[in-house]
Parts: sequence; C-alpha cells; structure tokens
Amino acid sequence: MQLLYLLIEIIVKCVVVFAGLMIVVAYLTWLERKVLGHIQIRYGPNRCGPFGLLQPFSDAVKAFFKEDLVPEKSDKVIFVMAPMISIIAAISIFAVIPFGNQFTIPGTDWVVKLRLADIDVGLLYIFGIASLGEFGIILGGWSSGNKYGLTGSLRAAAQMISYEVALGIAIVGVLILSQSLRLTEIVRLQEGGFWNWNIWYQPVAFVLYLICGLAEINRTPFDMPEAEAELACGFNIEYSSMKFALFFMAEYAHMVTMGALAVTLFLGGWQPIIPQLSFIPGIVWFCAKLFIFLFFFVWQRGTYPRLRYDHIMKFGWKILIPLALINLLITALIVLLKG
Amino acid sequence: MIIPLLKGLKVTLGYFFSKPITVQYPEEKVPPAKRWRGIQYFEKDERGKTKCVACGLCMAVCPSQCIYIETAEDEEGRRYPLTYELDASRCIFCGYCEEACPVNAIFLGKDYEWVEGDRKVYLMTTEKLLEEKKFNP
Repeated sequence: MQLLYLLIEIIVKCVVVFAGLMIVVAYLTWLERKVLGHIQIRYGPNRCGPFGLLQPFSDAVKAFFKEDLVPEKSDKVIFVMAPMISIIAAISIFAVIPFGNQFTIPGTDWVVKLRLADIDVGLLYIFGIASLGEFGIILGGWSSGNKYGLTGSLRAAAQMISYEVALGIAIVGVLILSQSLRLTEIVRLQEGGFWNWNIWYQPVAFVLYLICGLAEINRTPFDMPEAEAELACGFNIEYSSMKFALFFMAEYAHMVTMGALAVTLFLGGWQPIIPQLSFIPGIVWFCAKLFIFLFFFVWQRGTYPRLRYDHIMKFGWKILIPLALINLLITALIVLLKG
Repeated sequence: MIIPLLKGLKVTLGYFFSKPITVQYPEEKVPPAKRWRGIQYFEKDERGKTKCVACGLCMAVCPSQCIYIETAEDEEGRRYPLTYELDASRCIFCGYCEEACPVNAIFLGKDYEWVEGDRKVYLMTTEKLLEEKKFNP
C-alpha cells in the first residue's frame, strides 16, 4: 500500500512539474515578447485575449498546422531526433531542482517533498544532462544539410564547450562552501535570511554563472548558433512546424532551468528573504526569485548586441576561465584557513 | 567595462517603463497629411448634381488612362457626363485630374482605406464619386 501511494505521489508530482514547466515556458515566450516590446516603446502582442495572454496558445496551434518539412539532403533519422534530444534534456534537468520544502497532506501523515528527485549528485546530473542538450543543437544543425545550419552548430559546439568549463569551475566555489552536490543540502545551508545566501559569499561566481549561463542557453549576447543577421537562424534554419517549436521550447525550458539553478545555488532556493516571512510558502519565494532571473534574461536581451564570434571565444578562454580559477583558488584558501 | 553595461541596462529599463508610442491602427488612426492624395470625389453644384462638364481634359491628362467619359447635353444645353468611369484599381493618385479640371469638379480626397475582393467594385461611377464626398468634409 505504501508503495502504491509512493507511486501515485511520484506520478502526480511528475505531471504537475511537467505541466507547470510547460506553462512557464509558454508564458515566458509571451513575457519575452511583451518586455522586448515595451523596451522598444511598443506594446508587444496584445490582440489575442487580454494583454495578448492567449498568444502562446495561438502560436502552438499555428505550429501544429504548419507543414512539416524534412529537407531532401538531410540525415533524416538524426534530423528528427535532434529536437527530441534538445527538449528531453531541457526538461529532465528540472527533475532535481528543489522548488519548495515539504508539506504534510492534511488529514494524513503523508509528507510530500516538493522535488522530483533528491539525488546526492544533483549538480553533476545537471551538468551531464545540460551537455547532452548541446547534442540536440549540434546534431540538428549538422543533419539538416545546410551550410548555415552547419556553421551554427559548429559555433554552438565551440561556444558551449568553452563556456561550460568556466561555468563548472565557477560553481565549484559554491560546492566548496556547501561541501555537497545535493541541491537540497545547498539550499538548507543558506537558511536564515538573505545575508546567508551564497551570493554574498560567492559574488564573482554568481556573475560568472550568469554570463556563462547565458552562453550555455545560447541567448543574446551569445546567440552565435542562431545569429539571425549572418546565419539566417543558424542551426534551426531547416526546421519547421513542431520540430522548430520543440527547439524553441527547449531553449526556453533551458532558460527556466538556468534561472532555477541560479536561485538554488545563489539566492537560497525556496528560503524567504528574512526568517519572519516564512509563513509564505516556499514555492512562492522560489517562483518570485525565478521571475527576477527570467526578467533579467529578457531584459539584457533587449539591451546588448551580439558579440563577435572571436570576441566570445577570447572572452571565454582569456577572461572568464582565469577569473573562475582565481575565484576557486581564493575560496579554497579561505575555507582551508578557516578550517 | 562593467559601468557601460549597467548604464545600458538602465537605459532599456527606463524605456521599459515609458509609455509605448504605438498607434494601434484599426482603433486609432494617424490623420493623413495636408497634401495627401487619396480616393477621388466629385464636388456638387447648387442643384446637387456633379459640377463636371465632361470636357474630357482629365481623360486626356490621366497617365494611367483610367478615366472614361461619354458626353451628353441636357434640355438646357448644359454638358454633363453621361458615363464617367474612374477605374480606381488602375489610378496612381497622381492628382493630374484635379489639376486639369477647369471647373473644379474632381478632387483627390483624404480617404485611403479601400479593400475589395472583386476588381469590378473599383470602377467608380458618377454616383460613387459623389458619394465619396462624405469622407471629405
């Protein structure tokens, strides 16, 4: 009986998290267009429903009815697989993100933990799966048999590999402080008000994480694989209909995960700003903090131009990685001296 | 290096909170310019009929040859256009007909919204041209 309840709990949580993530992704596209619109002193979508709130659904319907083209010269199996790899990787990262503490179902003593999986290699899992997501982009661009697609995927490969190094090293600083790869453990160590958050102990790592995170999810100013102006959409140039929509969703889901991970690692996850405010449920805090990051991702897209390809590489290898290494060394030294 | 980046963020945030300058077209409209040349209309004389005396000058001057006139005389000996056809789908709105008209009968109006599914509807007759006056006070 216990096992059955557990199974039901897991299934319900999976469905809720998946649906929630998809809704967030859908409305993230809406938010992006709206915020970018207002930054450019226009309204953004406002015809579909009040404030254009039905726009994501109209987009989805449109994507479903578009013609699904597979180019003749493409490697068809990989061409079809690539968007799937992308979206699966983007969604499955969310499995280890703790988006709240736990609560007891009223009338029973059944404790529901607000996370899908609490594995003790959480961070490693995230980096493993995130790297898997790159294959979606690389294979997608390569298999479409288009020179722009190929260029885009080559750039994606180079950019993601080099920024992943800096991202990984930056996060090691947090790991040294928390002595654990388990995300719930990292959150728990930031308990008790905003002055305990990792962002104060690891400010450099936080900035590095943001920059490398943007490069990881191929967002402006690092959207080299897409580069509308020079590559005409890059790796997804030959994709249409739902395959394109999958790539699109994967990109935004990846963005949500990057934000959620930033919240978990640096802003104390579901913890309230000050302990007195802990009557507000943790999931609300988590969503509020996540929203700040999502808004920032959109906001900076409306601000910065795209970097040149060699500048991105130079910036990654010559500035970010040394900075991350220095940060790591200093953190390690301080932790060692303090005992 | 970091200060300019933050300045950029500040500028865009300022614009984010400013009011959009969008004119939401079907509901709001920008009035056309003073010298805007839109769809033609006929000026009426004191009897409520067209001022046109069917001299044929507009037909002669029209560069896209979209005007066709058949002349007739009424019982008082006054010339009037028996048929006056202006094919608006061919008109280039150059305004030569307005300039050529010796009796100030035809004018180019301010109206610019005219979409039909059928080309025949664009053939403007005297009645349609007189009716078009109401868009041009």
